[in-house]
Amino acid sequence: MNKRGCLILLSIVLAIVILRTLLGCFFAVHQTEQVIITQFGKPVGDPITDPGLHFKLPIIQDINRIDKRFLEWDGTPVAIPTRDKTYIHVDTFARWRINDAKTFFVRLRDERSAQSRLEDILGSETRNAVAKHDLIEIIRTDKNRKPLRDENLKNVPTGLGTIGVLPPIQYGRLKIEDEIKSKAAGKLAEFGIDLLDVRLKRVNYNPDVLDRIYQRMISERRQIAQRFRSEGEGEAARIAGQKERDLNEIQSTAYRQVQQIRGEADGKATEIYAQAYTQNPQAAEFYNFLKSMETYRKVLTKDATLVFSTDSDLFGLLKRANAKPQTLPPAH
Amino acid sequence: MSTLPPILESSAMTNQPPALQTFQMPHIPVRTIAGIIAIIVLIVLAWTSCYTVQAESEGVVLRFGKFLKTVEPGLHFKLPFGVDQVTVLPTRRQLKLEFGFLTPGYTNVDQPTKDPQQERSMVTGDLNAALVEWVVQYRIDDPKQYLFDVRNPAQTLRDLSEAAMREVIGDRTVDEVITIGRQDIEISALARMQELAKRYMLGVRVDQVQLKNVNPPAEVQASFNEVNKAQQDRENAINIANGDYNEAVPRARGQADQAIRAAEGYRFKRVNEAEGDVASFNAMLAQYIKAPEITRTRLYLETMGDVLPVTGEKIIIDESMRNLLPILPLTGKPLEKK
Repeated sequence: MNKRGCLILLSIVLAIVILRTLLGCFFAVHQTEQVIITQFGKPVGDPITDPGLHFKLPIIQDINRIDKRFLEWDGTPVAIPTRDKTYIHVDTFARWRINDAKTFFVRLRDERSAQSRLEDILGSETRNAVAKHDLIEIIRTDKNRKPLRDENLKNVPTGLGTIGVLPPIQYGRLKIEDEIKSKAAGKLAEFGIDLLDVRLKRVNYNPDVLDRIYQRMISERRQIAQRFRSEGEGEAARIAGQKERDLNEIQSTAYRQVQQIRGEADGKATEIYAQAYTQNPQAAEFYNFLKSMETYRKVLTKDATLVFSTDSDLFGLLKRANAKPQTLPPAH
Repeated sequence: MSTLPPILESSAMTNQPPALQTFQMPHIPVRTIAGIIAIIVLIVLAWTSCYTVQAESEGVVLRFGKFLKTVEPGLHFKLPFGVDQVTVLPTRRQLKLEFGFLTPGYTNVDQPTKDPQQERSMVTGDLNAALVEWVVQYRIDDPKQYLFDVRNPAQTLRDLSEAAMREVIGDRTVDEVITIGRQDIEISALARMQELAKRYMLGVRVDQVQLKNVNPPAEVQASFNEVNKAQQDRENAINIANGDYNEAVPRARGQADQAIRAAEGYRFKRVNEAEGDVASFNAMLAQYIKAPEITRTRLYLETMGDVLPVTGEKIIIDESMRNLLPILPLTGKPLEKK
């Protein structure tokens, strides 16, 4: 029983070892990777890039899996002065791929050493590129872009500080990124690395510079605020002036028209009267007489004292009552 | 060290005959045990070889690491023991990345930001600083690319989104960024992100870029508010002036019209009166011409008859009396001689 148990145990162990060895001949290559087979540490044959089940010699051959995908490189943010001596924090990232697995394997062995090599090369190229250019070249991209202008600031003359103005550039961000990429790509190709893209992810002011930037922004805004206030006051004054003007125009025009109309009216009335009173000599005479009578009525009031001579027109009639009636003298 | 005792124990167990004996003691037939084991194995097999793909997702099947097929939602079978591997991707779900801020309760692990402070601070094209928060909506539209062409595609999308947004912000003035250019920024950033996502073979489609809070830095916020206030002040001053204008001018217009109309009324009055006067005069004149003397006398006497009764003092003297005037009781009243 005891011996048989040992035998069974031994055969199980043996079976496992054989099975393992057999299974060790097979390996799966994942869709995302390529494999380099090494024999006692030395690469043999071409890298296997075809995914699926593959075969190798057991025990003496090892497999080394190497990623086939685009890989990330996320640089650590670095403080760099630009050409115009502004300290900025630049954070870069890159996409890269191992396109020559054998070279990569021989030169770098694994991804960790690749990352540190990328850090060295891309870091220094970024530093060089940033230090070679003014800040604005790193910030802006399209040198032809014209900024939209705020409707409210439409009539602010350009050149009033930096408000609404994009400083001109010569190269722009994309050119600088390309510059970094092309310089680094050559150096990385030696390691079997294909650099797809390098981008400046973040570009921010150094905290020491920020205060100065804020001060400038504040003074700029104050300028705009003052301009708005002054515009308001100016426009208000213009409206007040317009009011004076309109009032004077309206009132004087009305005065002129009123005087014209009244003059016309008086003239017309005078004409009508004159025409009537001069139509013939009798009319004039009759008018005189009527007006005299009217005047008597006005003049002779209860305050007046009348002295009549019997010779007068009124009493003349009385005196001559016995005599033959006579014509009245014309009134005067 | 802690794992050693159980191993020792178990190896001791296998070498001890009594333990083996007690283990074989139950009178259960070997066939039954084998049957039970077979059933368990079958259940495990069945369990590990079927899987479901949710309605919003798509499954990508690999056999020995090689891409085999993509499968639609539903119940599916695969080869067990790691021969077939299935990755399920939520291809129909709108996924979201947040930049510069955090919404609690997310389900997508890539959604939140690690460093919102750093992410939202940007430099504008006129070298001002601004804080920009935004959201990117995307969908996985090529699961094969998403899984096999790029490692960590969501992080890549985050990186390129930040780069693209800064590119766009870097070409705009702070006023455009904060107020007038928001829509333009969303459109440009979206186009740029789509372009980069394609170039990086991410297998995602960027659907939307939405700007959230866009502010000047806290330190300069007050001066931006001051500009807004000044703008209000300007509108206010203009409104007040317009109010004054509108208060005075229409009234003056009305008053002018009033004066003109009154003058027109005066004209009518004058002319009508004149014509009336003349008409009455003409009528009387016609009669006068027929008998001038008697009419005159009549009018004279009528006038006297009306006037004399109301006149104060009346003195009648004979024509022969000449120098009477000195004895008149002069009362200081004007004398009327007739």
